[in-house]
Amino acid sequence: MSSELAIRTEDLRRVFRTRKREAKKQKREVVALDGIAFEVPRGELFGVLGPNGAGKTTTIKILATLLTPTSGHAWVAGIDVATDPKAVRHHIGMVSGGETSGYGLLTVEENLWMFSQFYGMETRAARARIRELLAVVGLSDRAKTKIYHLSTGMRQKMNFVRGFLTEPEILFLDEPTLGLDVQTARTLRGFVSNWLREHPDRTILLTTHAMHEADELCERVAIIDRGRILACGAPSNLKRDLKHEDVVRLRIGGLEDVRPIVATVPSVSRFSQTAHDDCVEVDVILANDAVLTGLLAAVEAGGGTLLSLEKRAPTLEDVFLDVVGHGFEEPNGGGAS
Amino acid sequence: MPSDRRFRETLRSFRVATWLGWQIESNWADPFVFAIYSLVKPLAGALILVFMYAAIAKGGVNSPLFPAVFVGNAMFIYVPAVLAGISWTIIDDREHYGMLKYVYTAPVSVFAYLVGRGVAKAAVATVAVVVTLLLGTLALSVPIRLAGIDWLLILGALVSGCAMLSLFGILLGGVTLVTARHNYGVGEAVAGGLYLLCGVVFPLETLPLWLEVVGRGLPITYWIEAVRRALLGAGSPAFNGLSNGALLGVVVGSTVVLAGLAVGTFRLAERRARARGLLDMQTMY
Ligand SMILES: Nc1ncnc2c1ncn2[C@@H]1O[C@H](COP(=O)(O)OP(=O)(O)O)[C@@H](O)[C@H]1O
Ligand SMILES: [Mg+2]
Repeated sequence: MSSELAIRTEDLRRVFRTRKREAKKQKREVVALDGIAFEVPRGELFGVLGPNGAGKTTTIKILATLLTPTSGHAWVAGIDVATDPKAVRHHIGMVSGGETSGYGLLTVEENLWMFSQFYGMETRAARARIRELLAVVGLSDRAKTKIYHLSTGMRQKMNFVRGFLTEPEILFLDEPTLGLDVQTARTLRGFVSNWLREHPDRTILLTTHAMHEADELCERVAIIDRGRILACGAPSNLKRDLKHEDVVRLRIGGLEDVRPIVATVPSVSRFSQTAHDDCVEVDVILANDAVLTGLLAAVEAGGGTLLSLEKRAPTLEDVFLDVVGHGFEEPNGGGAS
Repeated sequence: MPSDRRFRETLRSFRVATWLGWQIESNWADPFVFAIYSLVKPLAGALILVFMYAAIAKGGVNSPLFPAVFVGNAMFIYVPAVLAGISWTIIDDREHYGMLKYVYTAPVSVFAYLVGRGVAKAAVATVAVVVTLLLGTLALSVPIRLAGIDWLLILGALVSGCAMLSLFGILLGGVTLVTARHNYGVGEAVAGGLYLLCGVVFPLETLPLWLEVVGRGLPITYWIEAVRRALLGAGSPAFNGLSNGALLGVVVGSTVVLAGLAVGTFRLAERRARARGLLDMQTMY
């Protein structure tokens, strides 16, 4: 058993077959994971970053023994998840964000206590811990409320507490802040990093499609898209790797869509555009300044006005842009929404 | 896994599930609704039986067949309660509460958990069974007399019956695990079939031969027969050849066979559910 590794996957593939009844038994195959391989040492907060449909939840479901891989292998706490799921379950915990699970007839406290009993926690210790965690997420005054009276956000917070309650050795957090307000999301992120600092032997695998979340929290991230890992490393390293290229943000007036114009400029490989009321905002990654001159000339020729230009330090967002390549000329392009 | 650890896990899962099941069953926001559900319904069932007899059987409730039918009918209250109860647990936990995946990822014995949830249903059913039997004894002259009850036989029948019904429930739970939408009635449907096949209201010998054979192959038939003998001192003529011991032996023996079948089916279903991603499926809500 490679016990210094909390998680390891090897060429993990998962194909979903869906039958479309309307279309006369026509079968459709969705490749959710297309050969994922990564390793997470014990004590790490590892992030899986990717757009919707990238395969994040599928990865977590396989690691949490809810789904078997179509091929490839995965080990959690050194145990093969496909062959010995029961043994894996003694080492893990899981929280799925954006969902409202729980027994509606029970109070917040009862739901959590019941779950602690699945793990054989001593009742008194469990109650103390529940109180403590509810205070962290600001749910103390709801401890005695039946959860069908709670808002979605509150149930999500309870769900979050449930994940940490039993202090699992390896914790899977699937988009834990999905749908929560900014303040709450920040609180939970703060809690996650604190918890790991206080429990250095625990491991967290967190998925997110929020790049700043990955940037802020994770020691290392794997950027995935369409079931493949496109880049993996510490956020700072990933960003440093981009340094030799320039990240430039342009605000352009007088045009609604600059994509056709940029398409005429050679060697602008990475590109993203956000439309605003009065302008379009364009992020480009350029190999050198000469490209910028050509780009600006093309924009002007196309009837656009340059409102501002800003060179800035690369963010994880730029790394994402770079590796996912939303760009029009990318064969892989147009992925994320 | 060390066996004492597994034992503790099983016990714990059972205890928590029983507690949870009881919380859910006893959540009578409206005690009146609960009263209707758990008392009036079985009483109405008993009365329908009475009217049926009054209409078709010679002698009505005084027909010599009536006490056996009445007791069988009362005991059968357990069957849909436990069968449908356990398969509903799968659907409820998976799709209504969204908790099945968390139960699965926890160190929980799923069998003990399901049986625990069934216990609460059985407890509620027990109220209905007792009330029905009291009604029969007090108002319909069903000849159950405390002094005449074979306590050993009834104890044996109840213990083995609990095990048998739980296993049936697990078997159906396995089916529920891998069937998608609109199959949530499987427990009730199967219970309905068993009602006809197990000699509850229609004596086995009145069934067409092939159905009689099926009925004689089902442990519930023997279990109900054992309860009849324990309470009434006599059962249906169809089983006159079997002694009480032999009758219990059949129940226990078939329960053992059923155990293999149920556990095997459930494990297989689990594997399929994991392969197809059904453990956290959402189809109804
Ligand atoms: N049960 C399923 N049946 C069919 N397709 C699925 C199923 N679950 C996921 N998928 C598909 O697999 C891909 C990856 O999904 P998922 O892992 O949920 O992505 P993410 O969590 O990153 O948003 C998506 O294209 C999704 O539609
Ligand atoms: Mg997801």
